[in-house]
Amino acid sequence: MFEEKPETLSGAQIVVRLLERQGVRTLTGIPGGAILPIYDALSQSEQIRHVLVRHEQGGGFIAQGMSRATGVPAVCMASSGPGATNLLTAIADAKLDSIPLVAITGQVPKALIGTDAFQEVDTYGLSIPITKHNFLVSAAEDLLTVIPRAFAIAASGRPGPVLVDIPKDVQNQLVEVRAWPAAGCAETPALPAAPLIERAAAMINAAAKPILYLGGGVVHSGAAEAAVALAEIGRLPTVMTLMALGAMPVDHPLSLGMLGMHGARCTNLALDECDLLIAVGARFDDRATGKVAGFCPQAQIIHIDIDPSELDKIKTAHVGIAGDVQTVLQLLLPGIEHRQREDWLARVAELKASHPLRMPGIDDPRTPYGLIRAVADCLDDEATIATDVGQHQMWVAQAYPLRRPRQWLTSGGLGTMGFGMPAAIGAALAEPQRTVVCFTGDGSILMNVQELVTAAEEDVNVKIILMNNASLGLVFQQQTLFYGERIYASQFKGMPDFIRVAEGFGLAAVDLDKEADPLPALAAALASRGPVLIHASIALHEQVLPMVPPGAANKEMIGG
Amino acid sequence: MNALTRSENQAVARTVLELDVNNHPGVMSHVVGLFSRRAYNVEGILVMPVGSGERSRIWLLVNEDERLDQMVKQVEKLEDVLAVRRHGAEHEVFVRLEEFFR
Repeated sequence: MFEEKPETLSGAQIVVRLLERQGVRTLTGIPGGAILPIYDALSQSEQIRHVLVRHEQGGGFIAQGMSRATGVPAVCMASSGPGATNLLTAIADAKLDSIPLVAITGQVPKALIGTDAFQEVDTYGLSIPITKHNFLVSAAEDLLTVIPRAFAIAASGRPGPVLVDIPKDVQNQLVEVRAWPAAGCAETPALPAAPLIERAAAMINAAAKPILYLGGGVVHSGAAEAAVALAEIGRLPTVMTLMALGAMPVDHPLSLGMLGMHGARCTNLALDECDLLIAVGARFDDRATGKVAGFCPQAQIIHIDIDPSELDKIKTAHVGIAGDVQTVLQLLLPGIEHRQREDWLARVAELKASHPLRMPGIDDPRTPYGLIRAVADCLDDEATIATDVGQHQMWVAQAYPLRRPRQWLTSGGLGTMGFGMPAAIGAALAEPQRTVVCFTGDGSILMNVQELVTAAEEDVNVKIILMNNASLGLVFQQQTLFYGERIYASQFKGMPDFIRVAEGFGLAAVDLDKEADPLPALAAALASRGPVLIHASIALHEQVLPMVPPGAANKEMIGG
Repeated sequence: MNALTRSENQAVARTVLELDVNNHPGVMSHVVGLFSRRAYNVEGILVMPVGSGERSRIWLLVNEDERLDQMVKQVEKLEDVLAVRRHGAEHEVFVRLEEFFR
């Protein structure tokens, strides 16, 4: 705290001032009765730009997009009751992918809490299991500690969402502010014990068939460079989780791409043979490991994670190191001996040659892989790539040449359809110099389609690639493969005219189906400035392959 | 669903957890929510403020199973939990209370 001239301010004014002091310049939300005092105070701010969304979930995902693109906690706001419940999915999504987010909700006045007042819901209780921490603020002066603390918690250690619920009377309460607190920022985590680092280095040096397994924590911690250095010095073949894509350029000679349910055969087969698995900022998610007992069955495990509760959670580590992965990798690097590992790298190369990722149709832009490749050919590594959830997400994860940390924004843990387009808007708001592409499907886009008008209003540089197979493709695929081809509730009978939908919301739109040669139209749309929807039909029979059946070991892949 | 019969109950190994926490509404929800979402039964709960009342101590009597280490790590992550100590079932805090549960 440092002294300034004492001021008498309302709780709402204190919130806005604290957000300004925190460095927040863009936030999202929708006003409503219980948060109007904050909106009134916000209207007087010359520093903060409020992006008005059309549904609170969209606002939550736009904030997530800002946060995922930059690593800085972003803010979304909602009123009480339905405003707060609409935010919950976006908050839960942030929790599972460890995204720093501060959600501020209005609440009915304290005297009405617990009376089933209009638009009252137990936001605090509802948000406990899906936030890293939450607050119900009972006095305006408490905001001076709670708001900076919320940002500190969101950014510290393993990042995550924090919710601050503020009753309307607390927003209106006047208090004298004599001193302002420092902005909340990430706390420095403790250093890991040196003997653990030495043991890990010795295990890596002694291993014959090691694999480096990178997770989203590598991206969050800014450790991509250190991770690539570790791989290069130790000559470690490297796999990435969905969340880690971009941490190592996918065309790096040591990269084996994404592991798990839709990883290449060579990737999962190499893991099956490894004798040491070095897990860095990864949490052994079931989509990555398949049946745990069959995952790297012969391997010793080094597990490095900032969250001690991840160590030994799914797989018991031979060496578990709790610490910031960037710090740990930097401590580890001097102890790593240069190795050639000719036999192991030759074996991995053999697996890559005999079981590569097969991408049928890669040269035909009217197929999923071909369209993704055509988009990539129009862009460079400065572009940011967001996805929704489903087949298109997995195809892009497999086929897009991701080469930069934070280039890739996808809903990994919660797998939320409706994530992609608002997240892309957020990324474009945070980094307006970039082209932001959102790959989506005809199922996903409709789940937050209302934010198209926000994209038009904000004139964000977002290119929506809508891969339309008139179905919930991944459900259709699972029913085809695992439910005796009993296709049910996965094919849409009615189909919106997405071109008119986009145009109706104020976006430019291009239908690649109507182009004799889709490539020039695609290139022109991607090169234009501002939001565009690019529609492309794909065949219903296209599957994401290979696929590990749910519950099976990763080596039991279908297809591909 | 997770309740054990009395005889099964007596056969299960028990652990007593001692938590130092900040004393405000909601802390109990955070703690017990971690157990309930994992269908991990808490057999006994005892909470009282300590010192000036800014902090409380929570005593939990839980069955020992293979998830306990993970449970303790999750509890330690809570912002309002300041410390967690593990004791054996022989700890007298719940034993002394037994006369109120006859």
